[in-house]
Amino acid sequence: MILFGARSDLPLKNDATSRFLPWLIAPMVFLCSIALAGTIILHGMIGRWDRDVSGTLTVEIAAAPGDAQTSAERTRAKVEAAIKILSDTPGVIQARALSQDQLSALLAPWLGNTDLLREMPLPALIDVTIRPEHGPDLDALAAQLDKAVQGASIDDHRVWLSRLIGLSRAIAGLAVAVVVIIAGATSATVIYATRTGMAVHREVIDVLHLIGATDDYIARQFADRAFTLGLKGGVLGLLLNIPILGGLGFFGLHRLQGGFLGDLSLPFFGWIGVVVLPVAAAALAMLTARLTVHATLARMV
Amino acid sequence: MGRKTPRHGNVVQFDSVGLRYDHGPEILQDINFALPAGSFHFLTGPSGAGKSSLLRLIYLAQKPSRGRVTLFGRDTLLARRYELPALRRRVGVVFQEFKLLDHLSTLDNVALPLRVAGAGEAEVQKFVPDLLDWVGLSEHIHAKPPTLSGGQKQRVAIARAVIARPDLLLADEPTGNVDDDIAMRLMYLFEELNKLGTTVLVATHNHSLISRLQHPRLHLENGALLGPEP
Repeated sequence: MILFGARSDLPLKNDATSRFLPWLIAPMVFLCSIALAGTIILHGMIGRWDRDVSGTLTVEIAAAPGDAQTSAERTRAKVEAAIKILSDTPGVIQARALSQDQLSALLAPWLGNTDLLREMPLPALIDVTIRPEHGPDLDALAAQLDKAVQGASIDDHRVWLSRLIGLSRAIAGLAVAVVVIIAGATSATVIYATRTGMAVHREVIDVLHLIGATDDYIARQFADRAFTLGLKGGVLGLLLNIPILGGLGFFGLHRLQGGFLGDLSLPFFGWIGVVVLPVAAAALAMLTARLTVHATLARMV
Repeated sequence: MGRKTPRHGNVVQFDSVGLRYDHGPEILQDINFALPAGSFHFLTGPSGAGKSSLLRLIYLAQKPSRGRVTLFGRDTLLARRYELPALRRRVGVVFQEFKLLDHLSTLDNVALPLRVAGAGEAEVQKFVPDLLDWVGLSEHIHAKPPTLSGGQKQRVAIARAVIARPDLLLADEPTGNVDDDIAMRLMYLFEELNKLGTTVLVATHNHSLISRLQHPRLHLENGALLGPEP
């Protein structure tokens, strides 16, 4: 066994060909952990958005035509009619019209001047709270509102959310592709290093064979060395990544608090996944080395 | 090592064996002989007669070009790859060029056959220092082969070949680098092992040894076996 500096029959410790392995595996684990952490954070963010919107609806009522006062009165009447329909609908907990000030505050980040907004014919918005489990039949409700209140429409945020989920899935797929490419590149590197090491130590391997060593006895020594080097590189990659993930969480918590993105910190299970990555990289290196030695020895006499 | 040593039958049998390397001439031609279990033979012949090649066939470093080599009752041509390590562990070999591993200490070199057979460190520490003491290398137990003389390396190679109490011991010029006293001492070690049931085949040029130890000879000339001689 050569694991963690233990004895080995093959002089692998001083191999120039394997010394570079930790320096290649470190950036690979770094990229892998970024991809993994990014996917977990994004998944959490989408989940929070989903929870936030799943118990709510927004009913929008277009501003009625006419001069400012007439339009306001007609729109208010439509709002009251819509609230009555909503309140009578099973599954609806509460329906509340947004005040003019609240509307102005919502639009202010885009349109700026609130005095101007007060004179504009803005649509009315009704914030509806529904039962998440047994909500109303939205199609029937939309048809009823459309019939009773001209210019009313329901937004249950599903279009917006489905686009976000689509984006999330695309990014998750990209992350999986990155991980697969990195795993492939790591394996290819280990295969190259192992084959070179076997060529360098061919005479020692021959002696071990003649003494009665099995292929697996020899393969284990290469595999143990690859595990040690893989773990060193993996831990280095993890150490490089911790400040970034920690900083992202700090930034999300202190700079974007209450904002659109919310908390960007990695959850506990995410940290476990990231910490396990170096071990996974080392295990991949070990398995690859072992299989490579077996495949190469099988071609020898 | 607790292995059952064969007490009857042939440990090695050659039937019409020929050997050539690549497309070269036949190094060995129509070799027929058998080594009965528990026997002790010398393999003699001039340089280039094919002694080392014949030994290579027995310790499974080479396959015959024709004919059949049987080792412990197994046709070596038919043996599967996974069967070879177990067969090789039953054979102790003293290589002419020693084949010691330069990065390992004397102790670790001698311990190799035990370790590849799965022996624990307690077993290694129990048997290896005693054997090294017996061959006069107790002071060099931690030395590495490049720091040893030719004679010392040869004794390490012999200790490695016998440490696991093999059923068959092959020695290719085992006394070539040692003085007569040590040569006789090593041959007595081989005889002791032989008395315990190990079959021994020693390839040597040393006529003094051959004449002092009355064991049958297999004589090779130009790749042909001229038959066991008394």
